[in-house]
Amino acid sequence: MPYDDETQLRAKEIIARYPAGRERSALLPLLHLVQAADGYVTAEGMTFCAEQLGITRAQVAAVATFYTMYKRRPAGDWLVSVCTNTMCGVLGGDAVFQALSAELGVGHDQTTADGTITLEHAECLAACDYAPVMTVNYEFFDEVDRQAALDVVAKLRDGQRPVPSRGARLCTLREMSRQLAGFADDRDGAVGEGPAGEATLRGNRLAEQHGVTVPGFDPNTPIPSTREANK
Amino acid sequence: MSPATPSPEALAQLTPVLTKRWLSPDAWDIAVYQRLDGYAGLRKALAAHPDDLIALVKDSGLRGRGGAGFPTGMKWAFIPQDRSADGLARPHYLVVNADEGEPGTCKDLPLMMADPHSLIEGIIIASYAIRADRAFIYVRGEAVHAARRLRHAVGQARAAGYLGRDILGSGFDLDIVVHSGAGAYICGEETALLDSLEGYRGQPRLRPPFPATHGLYASPTVVNNVETIASVPYIVLGGAAWFKSMGTEKSPGPKIYSISGRVNAPGQYECALGVTLRQLIELAGGMREGHRLKFWTPGGSSTPMLTDEHLDVPLDFEGMASVGTMLGTTAVQVFSDADDVVYATYRWIEFYHHESCGKCTPCREGNYWMKQVLHRILAGKGTHEDLDTLLDTCDNLLGRSFCALGDGAASPVQSSIKYFTQDYLDYIEGRRAPTMSPADVMVGAH
Repeated sequence: MPYDDETQLRAKEIIARYPAGRERSALLPLLHLVQAADGYVTAEGMTFCAEQLGITRAQVAAVATFYTMYKRRPAGDWLVSVCTNTMCGVLGGDAVFQALSAELGVGHDQTTADGTITLEHAECLAACDYAPVMTVNYEFFDEVDRQAALDVVAKLRDGQRPVPSRGARLCTLREMSRQLAGFADDRDGAVGEGPAGEATLRGNRLAEQHGVTVPGFDPNTPIPSTREANK
Repeated sequence: MSPATPSPEALAQLTPVLTKRWLSPDAWDIAVYQRLDGYAGLRKALAAHPDDLIALVKDSGLRGRGGAGFPTGMKWAFIPQDRSADGLARPHYLVVNADEGEPGTCKDLPLMMADPHSLIEGIIIASYAIRADRAFIYVRGEAVHAARRLRHAVGQARAAGYLGRDILGSGFDLDIVVHSGAGAYICGEETALLDSLEGYRGQPRLRPPFPATHGLYASPTVVNNVETIASVPYIVLGGAAWFKSMGTEKSPGPKIYSISGRVNAPGQYECALGVTLRQLIELAGGMREGHRLKFWTPGGSSTPMLTDEHLDVPLDFEGMASVGTMLGTTAVQVFSDADDVVYATYRWIEFYHHESCGKCTPCREGNYWMKQVLHRILAGKGTHEDLDTLLDTCDNLLGRSFCALGDGAASPVQSSIKYFTQDYLDYIEGRRAPTMSPADVMVGAH
């Protein structure tokens, strides 16, 4: 399937971000781009990347198969990732995954029969202070238990878009892949959505509550000139 | 659950510097950032000579916040400062490692979400100091909201004249590219990150040569962690002496400690380097009711775990080395007597097995086998010999792997056997019922 003009144009924009002669740096964002167009990384997508960069399809395939975010089979609109690394796992992430797997009737890296939801285990998602966490298209749902996770999935199946704990409102996996290719989120106000969670701010709140500050900060402190001292 | 008020000693460890702006909800926006001292450090830095900035950062004692603790100023000084000195006139690059993924680590994502301009400002100052006119932020693919805010911040900074040509009339040019990864823990290793950024599989490079001379595109490159670079504007503003007023002599400055697990109030606590676990647990509202501290990691799963014997050891580079572990990323994961240390170790090894890039045999094979041995123990089929096999495998990993991922994998196994042999023996000798069946589908990403 040939790619539309917009995708062709975006590919050129991606390549232009990198220094002349270093076009291959564009490969990861280009793979995100073809995933945005096709819903996963297809053989045609890899051919397209190879042609854009003047490298072989084998070279592209070697890269596309190395990274877990490139899906090699059709994925759903909603990628549900449950952290089952140690901290999230012992605090309930394992149970959340099992509950979702039973409810959806799919295992890791599998998509529901209606093609809407892909379920996966994720390794540490860098939100351990909110454990256990899951994400939908990489937006966080914090401190989930089985019921909360099942509710999120029920809403997705019902055509709703549940609101993440932090981050912006949900977009589809294809739309997210376009952002991952390095293009701005053009939804009005999306960048400002999602306040910092309470765990993020706890140390600060404590310092504020007890009036703890770091003394002696003077923004006009001169920068010593070593050059003069050396003369 | 009403956490007790921390002691004055614990509260005195708090140093709200890097995180202070997080309390202002719209600090991700340049208008708010500028109102809160934002880009003042850049103006000051551009009026100074680049060499003086390198000297300032050296003098501040700032050490890399990504885990290794290498002195930042020294790293910058390794870059050949005269671009044409080697006759090649190669460009210099600054690459920010924002591929946060070490299990337990969760400090850089909140920083980039709440205060992305502090990273952008640090990048501009650092690039000016090392004479780079192009910088890259390699942000973990899954960190979509952080990337969204970073891309927005770069656009705002460009519109404000802080990026682009002739920044603030200084004659200095810089552009920043925000580059999203695609899901591979190994890309947090700096040379794997560079390969990934060049469009290859993220696999580590042989060193030497080091990135300082042959980094991105075989050009002189500084690779720094997010928190390291975000510290720079504060050093430029407050000076080296002020920065060193926090922390310890060899580990100065403020540091974001991320506490997770069995405490009442997990979260981000920015403290002077050298705070102790006892103080951190106090700040985090104490242990959860009914939970007693059993094991903890000082800085992610790649740092050997410690126990309740280590509550008062300073959490700085020297303190952690003195008890056979590492400060790492100050990802303090707190586990209690309700948690199974053997299962925790198994899950970590499953992680390293999944994330091993496959380049070197010790890591690729070692983790493959260790995972199965640990699974067998949990399934009640372990033998005494299995413990020797695990330790023997660790000997072949630590120092024999191609990069720190393999070294890190040895940490949870060696340290858990060191402190909790009995927990393993309870499974092996049948005092504890199996918690996994031999046929269990492996829990974890594959």
